[in-house]
Amino acid sequence: MALLELKNLTKSFGGLRAVDDVSLSVEKGEIFGLIGPNGSGKTTIFNCISSFYPITSGDVVFNGSSIKGLKTHKICKLGVGRTFQVVKPLSRMTVLENITAAAFSRVNTINDAKDAALQILEFTHLVDHKDKLARSLPIGGRKRLEIARALATRPQLLLLDETAAGLTPSELDEAILLINKIRESGITILIVEHIMKVIMTISDRIHAINFGRSIAEGTPREVANNPEVIKAYLGDSYAQG
Amino acid sequence: MKTKNIAITTALAFFIIFPLAVRSDYYQHIMIIALMWVLIGSSWNLLAGYTGQVSFGHAIFFGVGAYTAGLFATKLGISAWWGMIGGGLAAMLVGLFVGWVCFRLRGPYFALATLAGGEIFRLIATNWESLTEGMVGILLIQTFRSKLPYYYIVLGLAGLCILTIHLVMKSKIGYYFVSIREDQDAAESLGINTTLYKNISLLISSFFTGIAGAFYMNYMAFIDPHIVFSLHYISIMAILVGIVGGVATIMGPAVGAFIMVGLQETFRSAFFGLAPRWTSEAHALVFGLLVIFVIMFLANGVVGDWAKIKRKVFRIKA
Repeated sequence: MALLELKNLTKSFGGLRAVDDVSLSVEKGEIFGLIGPNGSGKTTIFNCISSFYPITSGDVVFNGSSIKGLKTHKICKLGVGRTFQVVKPLSRMTVLENITAAAFSRVNTINDAKDAALQILEFTHLVDHKDKLARSLPIGGRKRLEIARALATRPQLLLLDETAAGLTPSELDEAILLINKIRESGITILIVEHIMKVIMTISDRIHAINFGRSIAEGTPREVANNPEVIKAYLGDSYAQG
Repeated sequence: MKTKNIAITTALAFFIIFPLAVRSDYYQHIMIIALMWVLIGSSWNLLAGYTGQVSFGHAIFFGVGAYTAGLFATKLGISAWWGMIGGGLAAMLVGLFVGWVCFRLRGPYFALATLAGGEIFRLIATNWESLTEGMVGILLIQTFRSKLPYYYIVLGLAGLCILTIHLVMKSKIGYYFVSIREDQDAAESLGINTTLYKNISLLISSFFTGIAGAFYMNYMAFIDPHIVFSLHYISIMAILVGIVGGVATIMGPAVGAFIMVGLQETFRSAFFGLAPRWTSEAHALVFGLLVIFVIMFLANGVVGDWAKIKRKVFRIKA
């Protein structure tokens, strides 16, 4: 059964159709990649799913029911966690406090929230940094904190928005390990990523968009060889070969 | 932890003994006013310091609390002391309305909206003469001749307010307040109903500020719109108390209240009569300089930057 379905999703900003009639469906347990050149509407799709933007037309269906028009915090409670491409750490809180705040979405007492947060810290290998202020973390740590915080809301579906951007090669390998570990723990992942090494190795299926429209969907290999995708990334002259 | 407990016990003992040891009405009066500002400053700090919603309109809640108490006596004929509950509740009701309007805005726009709100309430209180007597104000007769009852009442209120905020900040609600301050969008994505929790913060803050207003009515026995809805003497003073003492610290506004009331009184009395009269007009200038100084050198206030003060001023190595 599909965990998340986008049905003819359209989002316009004035005359600009940032997302134009995109339909896709993410199955339970898979890692679903979403790719496209800069400005093609990937983050806009995320913002529509988590209701940061109102949807112009179409529908978002999670677990069989429409979540269109719900408040962002309700969507989190339903089980959709997300990270931000431009990281949003709670700067003047420690790493542990960041994750504790997120854990409060499922528990009410401070002890339960801290216990849950410590488990997440272990899981994401952030435990050594737990008492540091979030703003003192380097970018790799902040990206990891984004994931940890989203995990602390105990999502069924995790939306990862370019969590690998700006990482060093060794951090990239760790990120791939972490994402696979999250999938093994039973969480479905919808991931936007520019770094091909990441998206091609971990995705089960990939959906490609350009100028807000769907251009291809399939296994990583199929999508990488799709002429439309090559054209979108490299231009017409490379599409024939 | 040990030294902290000792410090709290010592401070409590000092405040309880103070009016018994210092019999001067004048110094007792200063302490009462300072303690009232502990109450207002701490309330302001919960909303502005911890939740990040900087209010320039706390005079709204102070004034509503004060007028509720006053009108209880003049219109309903019951004791103005009922205003200690009624004023807090009335301020909360007004807080709900202010939140409904102003929380649609963020950051500086929210601050400006509360500033405008304060002026609106001042004008309403000035012009709705059939209810408020306008600029004539409300005059009551003080219940107690001694200052001691007032002192212990306001001491209890200030203590209750600080304790409440302390407990709130250690709970889920407190974590949510700070998350909202740090990043409202991130907070929302973590399942935090930001509108609800901003309103909770505002309600607690307006409740205690309203009680402070009702206390002021009972203690001073005279109010008019330009005193209790004053931008300068209430709204801005609340901000100064918070900033000088230290925003987002439990004890910051308490320390700030004593510094600010002390300074205000020093200037009002022209350095206790030692300096020429014109110096009493200089307090606005000095407050302005003080804010510049604090922002430049002690951005976290006296309490927030205490470690820095110890290091730089007293040459104590941490």
